[in-house]
Amino acid sequence: MHALRILRGGTRARLSATPGDLVFEGLSTLVALSVVGLLVVITVILYLVAQESIRVNGLRFLTDTIWDSVSQRFGAAPFIYGMLVTSGIALLLGVPVSLGIAIFLSELAPPWLRIPLTFIVELLAAVPSVVYGLWGIFVLGPAMRIYIEPGVQSVLGFLPLFQGRPIGSDVFTAGVILAIMIIPTISAVSREALLAVPDSQREAALSLGATRWETTRLAVLRYARAGIFGASILGLGRAVGETMAVTMTIGNRAAFFGSLFEPGQTIASQIAGRWLDASTPLELGALVELGLILMLVSLIINAFARLLVGRFLRVGEGAE
Amino acid sequence: MDKVSAWYGEKLAIQEIVLDFEEHAVTGIIGPSGCGKSTLIRCLNRMHETIPKARVEGQVLLDGQDIYGLPAVSVRRRIGMVFQKPNPFPTMSIYENVAAGLRLNGERDRKKLDQAVLDSLKQAALWEEVKDSLDKSGASLSGGQQQRLCIARALAVRPEVLLMDEPCSALDPIATAKIEDLIFDLKKDYTLVIVTHNMQQAARVAETTAFMYLGKVVEVNNTRELFERPRESLTESYITGRFG
Repeated sequence: MHALRILRGGTRARLSATPGDLVFEGLSTLVALSVVGLLVVITVILYLVAQESIRVNGLRFLTDTIWDSVSQRFGAAPFIYGMLVTSGIALLLGVPVSLGIAIFLSELAPPWLRIPLTFIVELLAAVPSVVYGLWGIFVLGPAMRIYIEPGVQSVLGFLPLFQGRPIGSDVFTAGVILAIMIIPTISAVSREALLAVPDSQREAALSLGATRWETTRLAVLRYARAGIFGASILGLGRAVGETMAVTMTIGNRAAFFGSLFEPGQTIASQIAGRWLDASTPLELGALVELGLILMLVSLIINAFARLLVGRFLRVGEGAE
Repeated sequence: MDKVSAWYGEKLAIQEIVLDFEEHAVTGIIGPSGCGKSTLIRCLNRMHETIPKARVEGQVLLDGQDIYGLPAVSVRRRIGMVFQKPNPFPTMSIYENVAAGLRLNGERDRKKLDQAVLDSLKQAALWEEVKDSLDKSGASLSGGQQQRLCIARALAVRPEVLLMDEPCSALDPIATAKIEDLIFDLKKDYTLVIVTHNMQQAARVAETTAFMYLGKVVEVNNTRELFERPRESLTESYITGRFG
């Protein structure tokens, strides 16, 4: 491998100067670069369409809570809020479960169970989101309305967040669906982070007389915390952009600082629900501006998460 | 230890070992790579069994009690261990590293923790070098300092026995010399067992030395006797460098 690499680094052009190779090299370079071009083109076009809205609404777009086609007034605040709240619920519920799965898979599970279970958890990520949405409408929604939401209410009902008559098609249900959907991502990446913890760390804790759980807490989780954090952010990235399942379960009504048991709307679900009805360039522009915001947020979250996870896994391997 | 055998899966690593370790003294274990010396030392605090499919038979008596009849966790609190590669907890400060074992035991009293950290770092001859940087990461130290930090961490729980598995193999000669001095001081308070592939090291620090080959103890004797007048021809060929 190394010999090859040195050759390629030094005298690649002259060595592989046959016409076929040149064509192949040129083509694959072009295809690779076109991905970058595509991202730029998408951003530019979105920006052009959104220009009208950006000019008219300005920064007020981010704080205005009204979205009204009649008066042509468009604000994104309820959708940004909805996105943050549903993603927040998803992380709150999804991270602990994912961590539990990751700990079980990397520290506790007997080998015969480890491989099939890892496979099944990853399969969860392959279920199409519209199927999650269907399940959300017909199974989770009613269960939330009849059992879970009244249950939560009986304990935490004094908080404004949990008031109102549970309807099952609301912000809370969308958050729970999202939690389920991000579990495979977070648990798979966290598991990798835990596996990257050198055994010498576990032995250090064991030799101090730590029990299995103490070893996990003292040596493994602490060591891998940057990786676990990155995994969670990666899950967040998936949650903010998720459209279909949320649109199907959230109830689709712009709401701001309401109860979690009321319908809401996220950026993604608003775009999906409104684009057919956008009648004026301004409303279309406002929707596209929403899209730009979502894209920007997703890009930042994903880049940050990948950086964290990548760095952790490299350092983890380097340490052993 | 009495008739201790240990396996990795089907593979027998050490076979019916019988050895005595003298109190407040250093016992060295030497032998070529793969002879089972690390396995042997890991049987002494029940670390061997933490490896999947590994198993142990026989008795290891500590103050007359078989440690395999006691909870593994409490055994490891009485018999500390230092490993081949320094393995401080990198996300913890120097202070937290040393205090980690005590915290596991449920010690919350800040004063007691402070005192134990101070004592352990002094015993590990690290105090002078780190006293102004206790809140720095354990990973920021040099290799030799990290190893002494690991020794301090093991000492902080006041074990009766300290096992050292090639504690100097990842260190330079100066750091090695410091650890050897330290071993010399520690035997006043602790019973030490040190595995080493470095015969000179065994000759320098150990009162008694055991030579292992192919999973068996070939010869145990007073260190000087073993090196100067080996009884077994196998021992002689090893210490004179004819194999290993």
